Amino acid sequence: MLSTGPARVKPAPDRVPGRPPWILVVPALLGLAFLVLPLAGLLVRAPWSTLLTRLGEPQVMEALRLSLITATLATGLCLVLGVPLAWLLARVPFPGARLVRALVTVPLVLPPVVGGVALLLVLGRRGLVGSWLYGTFGISLPFTTAGVVLAETFVAMPFLVISVEGALRAADLRYEEAAATLGATRWTTFRRVTLPLVAPGIAAGAILCWARALGEFGATITFAGNFPGRTQTMPLAVYLALETDPEAAIVLSLVLLVVSVLVLAALRDRWVGSS
Amino acid sequence: MIKRVAALAAGLSLLVAGCGDTGDGDTAGKGSGSTLTVFAAASLTESFTALGKTFETSHQGVKVRFNFGGSSTLAQQIRQGAPADVFAAASPATMKQVSATSQVFTRNRLVIAVPPGNPGKVARLSDLSDRKLKVVLCAEQVPCGAAATRALGAAGVKVEPASQEQDVKAVLTKVQLGEADAGLVYRTDAKAAAGRVTGIEFPESAQAINEYPIVALPTAPRPAPAKEFVQLVLSAQGQAALSRAGFESAGAN
Repeated sequence: MLSTGPARVKPAPDRVPGRPPWILVVPALLGLAFLVLPLAGLLVRAPWSTLLTRLGEPQVMEALRLSLITATLATGLCLVLGVPLAWLLARVPFPGARLVRALVTVPLVLPPVVGGVALLLVLGRRGLVGSWLYGTFGISLPFTTAGVVLAETFVAMPFLVISVEGALRAADLRYEEAAATLGATRWTTFRRVTLPLVAPGIAAGAILCWARALGEFGATITFAGNFPGRTQTMPLAVYLALETDPEAAIVLSLVLLVVSVLVLAALRDRWVGSS
Repeated sequence: MIKRVAALAAGLSLLVAGCGDTGDGDTAGKGSGSTLTVFAAASLTESFTALGKTFETSHQGVKVRFNFGGSSTLAQQIRQGAPADVFAAASPATMKQVSATSQVFTRNRLVIAVPPGNPGKVARLSDLSDRKLKVVLCAEQVPCGAAATRALGAAGVKVEPASQEQDVKAVLTKVQLGEADAGLVYRTDAKAAAGRVTGIEFPESAQAINEYPIVALPTAPRPAPAKEFVQLVLSAQGQAALSRAGFESAGAN
């Protein structure tokens, strides 16, 4: 393992001397309040007295389980496809790279519901690729858990690609060049030098990706539909609960928030490291 | 480059967020000119847009703005203080959350929507119980799903849906793209999507007719035009516009 990067040899000091200027502190606090206050709104309105009985409903656990499984699978798929894509964008100059880079961000800009329709048009039973899948293998992806994973992957992958590409560009190329001069192939260099070098970036991207997948609603309900136990993830359950029972929707949202905050806090310390 | 992309994405999301609230919040408290704000169920989009034009022609200087959406979302927005003058919902239950003095102004019934060519060869409601067919319904929490449950219950037909969609337009999308072999939608929706889906009437729909109530809200910022808009909807002219869209008359009211 390569553990002697310059940053490790001479750790950057934690503090810069001097008082933090108010021109940064005030907007920072405002920003924090803006992000946290809606959460406080949920907490204030939560039906605390009936919380436990509501949590005990089997549909809640079913949706939570499905959400965690699909978001994790989607993150895995994003890693398998997204890290190589980020590497390609950062390390291999090719004509049209700017265009490809812009295309990668399309799912960020596209309203997720439109993304879901686009997925239907390609992977649906009558879609460009989907009709072949259906005709040849009898596989139909919409309305399946696999469809949920695909929808989440589509929406979440840009987060991973962008952070990994950023990490790759920030990484010092000389380590890879040194590996090459010592006779390593590009694959070996990627595996033994590049990957460990950008591991924190990959972890940060994976975390973003997982969080985005966990909250995914529009593409999922459009592409995979909504059926309890099969395609009804937490955000879908929240949306439908909101139709008839806003308090139940708040409970479900809190569950989703608590679980995701716990997982993210635990992983962030382990992967990205606070030192 | 990454920074630029990130900045671009952030900028775009701000732009989207900014556009989002012009829909319902813009008329709040500004009080400039005379703008009537009508919150109406999504299924009323075509007919109410036409009626809005009629209203603007007969009321010089009044502009009608619509916020079309799911009835329950609209009801929630109104309860949270959105500045609506008129509210037209797709179900009396939803209307009750907002007002007790509403009036039923039209009715809608369900039809079976099938993709062009009817690949599942659906002819009647009982065909939907075929497990080989992919059937999509609205979720029971939304009015079209409640209506579907009532109709299927009345007919004694058991359906295992592939999906319980969040609204009727989502059902329509799935049918239109051929992902679903059949779905239950309102007659007005099938009519609006004529050519892309075929609507099949079924007698059991009589058991699940949806009533649409309308009200000039007591909290209306513009109470006078609000009442006049409701009168227009209830008038012969309003009823004709609704029936063109596939609605049925509300009968004696």
